[in-house]
Amino acid sequence: MSNPKKMSLETSSLFQLTATRLKLTLREPEAMFWIFAFPILLALGLGIAFRNRPADVLPVGATTPQLTQALAADKGLNATKMDESAGTHALAVGTILLLAEQRGDGVVYRYDNTNPDARTARMIADRAIEVAAGRKDVVTAENELIHETGSRYIDFLIPGLLGMNLMGSAMWGLGFSIVEGRQKKLLKRMVASPMPRWQYLAGYLLSRLVMLVIEVVVFLGFARLVFGVPFRGPLWQLALLCVLVSLVFSALGLLVASRATTIETVSGLMNLVMLPMWILSGGFFSASRFPAILQPFVRALPLTAAIDAMRGNMLQGVQLSQLMLQVGILLAWFAVPFAVSLRIFRWR
Amino acid sequence: MQAGAVPALRIRGLRKAFVDVQAVNGIDLEVAKGECFGLLGPNGAGKTTTIEICEGLTDADEGTVELLGRNWKTGADELRQQIGIQLQETQFPDKLTVEETLRLFRSFYRSGITVDESIKLAQLEEKRRSRIGGLSGGQKQRLAMATALVGDPELLFLDEPTTGLDPQARRHLWDLVEEMKREGRTIILTTHYMDEAEQLCDRVAIMDHGKVIALDTPKELIATVCSEDIVEFAVSGSQVPKCEGPGAPKVDVEALKKIPGVQSHRVDDGVHQLSVSELHTAVPRIFAALEEQGLHLSEFRTHSATLEDVFVRLTGRNLRDE
Repeated sequence: MSNPKKMSLETSSLFQLTATRLKLTLREPEAMFWIFAFPILLALGLGIAFRNRPADVLPVGATTPQLTQALAADKGLNATKMDESAGTHALAVGTILLLAEQRGDGVVYRYDNTNPDARTARMIADRAIEVAAGRKDVVTAENELIHETGSRYIDFLIPGLLGMNLMGSAMWGLGFSIVEGRQKKLLKRMVASPMPRWQYLAGYLLSRLVMLVIEVVVFLGFARLVFGVPFRGPLWQLALLCVLVSLVFSALGLLVASRATTIETVSGLMNLVMLPMWILSGGFFSASRFPAILQPFVRALPLTAAIDAMRGNMLQGVQLSQLMLQVGILLAWFAVPFAVSLRIFRWR
Repeated sequence: MQAGAVPALRIRGLRKAFVDVQAVNGIDLEVAKGECFGLLGPNGAGKTTTIEICEGLTDADEGTVELLGRNWKTGADELRQQIGIQLQETQFPDKLTVEETLRLFRSFYRSGITVDESIKLAQLEEKRRSRIGGLSGGQKQRLAMATALVGDPELLFLDEPTTGLDPQARRHLWDLVEEMKREGRTIILTTHYMDEAEQLCDRVAIMDHGKVIALDTPKELIATVCSEDIVEFAVSGSQVPKCEGPGAPKVDVEALKKIPGVQSHRVDDGVHQLSVSELHTAVPRIFAALEEQGLHLSEFRTHSATLEDVFVRLTGRNLRDE
């Protein structure tokens, strides 16, 4: 009954382990949603909310017909005539940014000086009223308008979402299924077979890399087609960064799952690891907003390094050779957790 | 390899303690090639610990284990290729199919039977493309057997292969084990079902509290430990008014024990058990004695001793008591 083993994919245990892992991932509809649909929906939602609109027309109010006419003459303002009490109310509820009142010969502007739009309205309104009263500009000025891709919020957001998505899918993907395998005694059954143990973990990493290709291409393709997000750095370097980032979080997922025996424990641990990075690592807003005292800590987080490096590549076209600090941080976050988890990993 | 010269399994002085319990407390065993050997005992007797030490999954505190002339320290890689293992309560991934699971396990072995052959052996042809989540308990257990067989092992470990299965599924699995025996594989199985051991095993070791308390063929064990027949009966008092409550009426045990041929007596859950040598002369006297005590039989049966009775005799406990 014994047949000598032919060397082919069919009989390669590493291939079979990787293929099995991929099948199991693809047969999990919830996982598919979180990996593919969720980041796209998030990008779409935020992209629409923060889209760059044509320069706003600012709503203002005025107490006399003359003032209203003077203000309405400027294309940047939308002026409404209202009496003082109606104007006060409109200011309070935010339907106008500024109320211009006639007082004797002069004008009084009522507005909130901590609101940037209101300050803009103050400047435009003042100019409009002065021009209407006969002011002449002493210096002639012309405008040349630019709308540069790469400086919009969506451009900033996409590398952040990519980093967070790579973190989530790698950690959940490894952590959950390893602990599930341990809980269901499957890990024990595997080590009771002649399977080389390293191949079990390698199967996870390889299947992760296959998923990564699909995940990254779908997400960045979407960002490119729908939002025109720029890719200024070399694509191969971006690909390399994605692989590195995925390996880092796979190693962290492995570490978190290396001893836990219940899904509850591993979920708690994962949230503990990921939550600080969701907040601190600059996915949605720049990490430099945090106080200086926190900066060394924030910069040392793997997700911060990942997002910084990917933003550098995509938005500024920075070469990998200039991102060595981030790459170094990522390599350390790969090597240490991986080595530790191999040491403490529990097969049963 | 000289046939017969090297035993399939040799255990010497095996001990293993866990934090709170001495699970294995000095075991010596030898299993010949081609034998089907049963480790029998109640839950917690140390069967699983013993078998897992043999499988190289648990380290022993003391003692040596040799399988097929090799040991786990120096010959682990070779051993893993030569043995097949079915563990208690392995749950394979629900979303894999039978065929995919077997193809995966087959890829771990240098040589073995084909995936098709293993599916046929486990009689899972109709389920080959079904996901494991949709299999019955018996089918899952046969799949577990198939994963142990894809490497065409010389030595097969089965840890409680039929626990939790319905009678039909058990018979089905027994057929599979018989088939393995016919193919000349050595099989070591644990069970807490006596009928299973009697049915399948050439020799049986009965374990209790981490020790082997008896070791022989099922037949010999029954013959030497309890050669007698077993009489079981339950009584209800005829003249006992209902107001005295539901408790079974008192039986004068001493009177029964005085009957020639009655060797021992015990009560389990209202059922009296006598082990009796001279069945044909003792039974009429038992009837007479019970009559004399004003007791009516509600149950009465006799059977020849089974391994279950051997266990009861050796330990004073039923297998079901844990």
